[in-house]
Amino acid sequence: MVEFTEEHEIFRTMVRDLVVEQIDPHADEWEERGEFPAHDLFRRFGELGLLGLEYDPADGGGGADHVFTMILGEEVGRCASMGVAMALAVQTDMATPSLARFGSPELRERYLRPAIAGEMVTSIAVSEPDAGSDVAGISTRAVRDGDEWVINGAKMWITNGAQADWLCLLARTSDEGGYRGMSQIVVPTDAAGFSVSRKLDKLGMRASDTAELSFVDVRVPVANTIGEIGSGFQQQMAQFQNERMIAGYQLVGAVERALERTVQYVRNRRAFGGVLADNQVIQYELADIAAELDMLRHHHWATVAAVRAGQDITRQATVSKLKAARLARRMADAAVQFHGGMGYVEELWPARFFRDSRLWSIGGGADEVMLRTLARSIGVA
Amino acid sequence: MNVVVCVKQIPDPADPGALDPETKTLVRSGKLILDESDSYGVEMALQLVDAAGGGEVTLVSMAPNDEQSGLRTALAMGAAKAVLVSDEALRGSDALTTAKVLAAAIGRTGQPDLVLTATESSDGYTGTVPEQIAELLSLPSVTFAKSIAVDGGTASVQRQTEAGYDDVQVPLPAVVSVTAGVVEPRYPSFKGIMAAKSKPLDQVTVADLGMDAGQVGWSGAGQEIVDVSEAEAREAGTIVEDDGEGHQKVVEFLAELKVI
Ligand SMILES: Cc1cc2nc3c(=O)[nH]c(=O)nc-3n(C[C@H](O)[C@H](O)[C@H](O)COP(=O)(O)OP(=O)(O)OC[C@H]3O[C@@H](n4cnc5c(N)ncnc54)[C@H](O)[C@@H]3O)c2cc1C
Ligand SMILES: Cc1cc2nc3c(=O)[nH]c(=O)nc-3n(C[C@H](O)[C@H](O)[C@H](O)COP(=O)(O)OP(=O)(O)OC[C@H]3O[C@@H](n4cnc5c(N)ncnc54)[C@H](O)[C@@H]3O)c2cc1C
Repeated sequence: MVEFTEEHEIFRTMVRDLVVEQIDPHADEWEERGEFPAHDLFRRFGELGLLGLEYDPADGGGGADHVFTMILGEEVGRCASMGVAMALAVQTDMATPSLARFGSPELRERYLRPAIAGEMVTSIAVSEPDAGSDVAGISTRAVRDGDEWVINGAKMWITNGAQADWLCLLARTSDEGGYRGMSQIVVPTDAAGFSVSRKLDKLGMRASDTAELSFVDVRVPVANTIGEIGSGFQQQMAQFQNERMIAGYQLVGAVERALERTVQYVRNRRAFGGVLADNQVIQYELADIAAELDMLRHHHWATVAAVRAGQDITRQATVSKLKAARLARRMADAAVQFHGGMGYVEELWPARFFRDSRLWSIGGGADEVMLRTLARSIGVA
Repeated sequence: MNVVVCVKQIPDPADPGALDPETKTLVRSGKLILDESDSYGVEMALQLVDAAGGGEVTLVSMAPNDEQSGLRTALAMGAAKAVLVSDEALRGSDALTTAKVLAAAIGRTGQPDLVLTATESSDGYTGTVPEQIAELLSLPSVTFAKSIAVDGGTASVQRQTEAGYDDVQVPLPAVVSVTAGVVEPRYPSFKGIMAAKSKPLDQVTVADLGMDAGQVGWSGAGQEIVDVSEAEAREAGTIVEDDGEGHQKVVEFLAELKVI
């Protein structure tokens, strides 16, 4: 069980205030613009120590307990733009964990410290036009030339891609093929030969910039390799666990907020001589979602305990990602349905929530990829 | 420069609870939080100490139970230490008693250069405690500050008025009440929150302050709440159907109110 201390409560209140005051009032504008000011917002978050909670204080991190990461995720997940929440998650739990875990002191000083401070915006660059779910199928190559890597290839759907200062790139560094011979490399986006090919127009998550990136003879020092040359795939698989956990934590907050707002709406909307909430069919669907949310939350508390105990949390993170994404889709459907016409127009929140929440059954590993992992873990595949 | 800030811990306005039908006072048994009105005083104090290049901010609070979380929040913002007066005997205290207790607690903190309060609390809002503290400590009192600048032994205060503000100067030490919303209170950082855990919080009783239990609480209260009545319900508004001439009716209505 997780015990919540006074520090946890003060921290939760602080993040909630921050979200309500610094993100929500701008969400509409950022959605419309198709981008949020990552450098401004991240600096604010960085100053408050929110971008490197669990990282080593020697790197500028907070040395925090994993509970704080969960609370940060839940509270940021409540914000009016899931796209901004996702962008923050990339910075804290998707692009930086490998560097923090395996990076050399010099590399951490140069790239992790400013990411924690919010002075540098980061991206995780794994997916490619021809390989998403099947990470072992990527073809972006880094060929060694003396002390440098020469990188050629393309990356697709990269969050923060248009604003990033550096990428955590997964590339092939040998001809072994499959999951062998890959490395994680820090690529600064001011390197010659790097370019943003295009910004992608998306169904949802519109405040978050998503880009296709191109690499033509991009040269970076071999010293920019994170950890061992050739261990990139394994390191990225470990980094994916953080990605899945933070997605799950954020979705708890997102579903919680959507549920609160839907309950409020159906209790006020008049129909058939009463209010919508008088109908059991509505009550029970929302009650069922609340039950699922409870279970997800408790699953996360078990996950926190496992993280604390230093256990392998692959299964917990996979279950969380799968179930949280599906619950968010169910919540989104209920929110739109029970808001009726107001659920379908852009004047209220459900339309955006419906579009945004759909992402999480695809991004960060599709539902079927989670099921593939779980099928193996129960011995059926 | 040493600044004392009086901070009240109040029931969460988002979940305010109820009045006790017997005593007609607010039930304060649940969790209390830092009164938002006081976060402005804390911020102003931190800025003044920063500008002075030294000194510290001390918090003083009186709370019915040994509630600390509001104080921890203000400590996380950057205050150095806190005095909490907590005693069963305080139950039922009125505003004057509150001021006496706070004045005694301020006395424990040494010789502050400045005492800050909010102009009124969010739950009791009598708006009388600051002036009473000043009187009890024989200090000058300035109210409704929108900004404070300290130069040597003098504070220059902009005092909010209906028309604008007055510039006043006051010798220090003094008690100044700060208007809500005049500064942007900082968010407590993660580091601040963790550091607050180990900052000194001096929890004292009425006896520790050299006061007698009979002087405070119900027995010490010079005022009694004799009746509480519901606020008048708002009257239903007038709905103007717009048949193309709706704006005329709105103009007439506004003219009637003499706003145009
Ligand atoms: C908004 C957004 C942001 C993103 N951000 C990033 C980022 O920052 N960095 C990054 O590297 N990538 C990012 N991605 C890419 C994302 O991770 C991939 O889209 C995802 O992994 C799926 O890969 P794919 O699109 O190639 O789908 P494919 O691999 O082509 O799969 C298509 C569909 O097939 C099904 N499927 C796949 N495998 C199986 C299987 N084994 N069994 C049964 N069904 C299967 C699934 O339903 C899947 O959705 C982002 C994507 C989006 C849309
Ligand atoms: C009949 C009666 C019964 C009461 N019973 C109780 C009780 O059971 N328990 C109880 O705790 N209180 C009780 N009180 C006290 C009351 O709730 C207020 O704390 C007190 O009257 C101060 O009034 P106010 O909040 O209106 O202060 P205001 O004058 O509006 O406050 C102005 C500022 O003074 C400072 N200040 C005020 N009060 C405090 C405080 N307590 N600690 C630190 N700073 C402060 C703050 O900066 C505040 O913003 C009772 C009061 C009355 C009249």
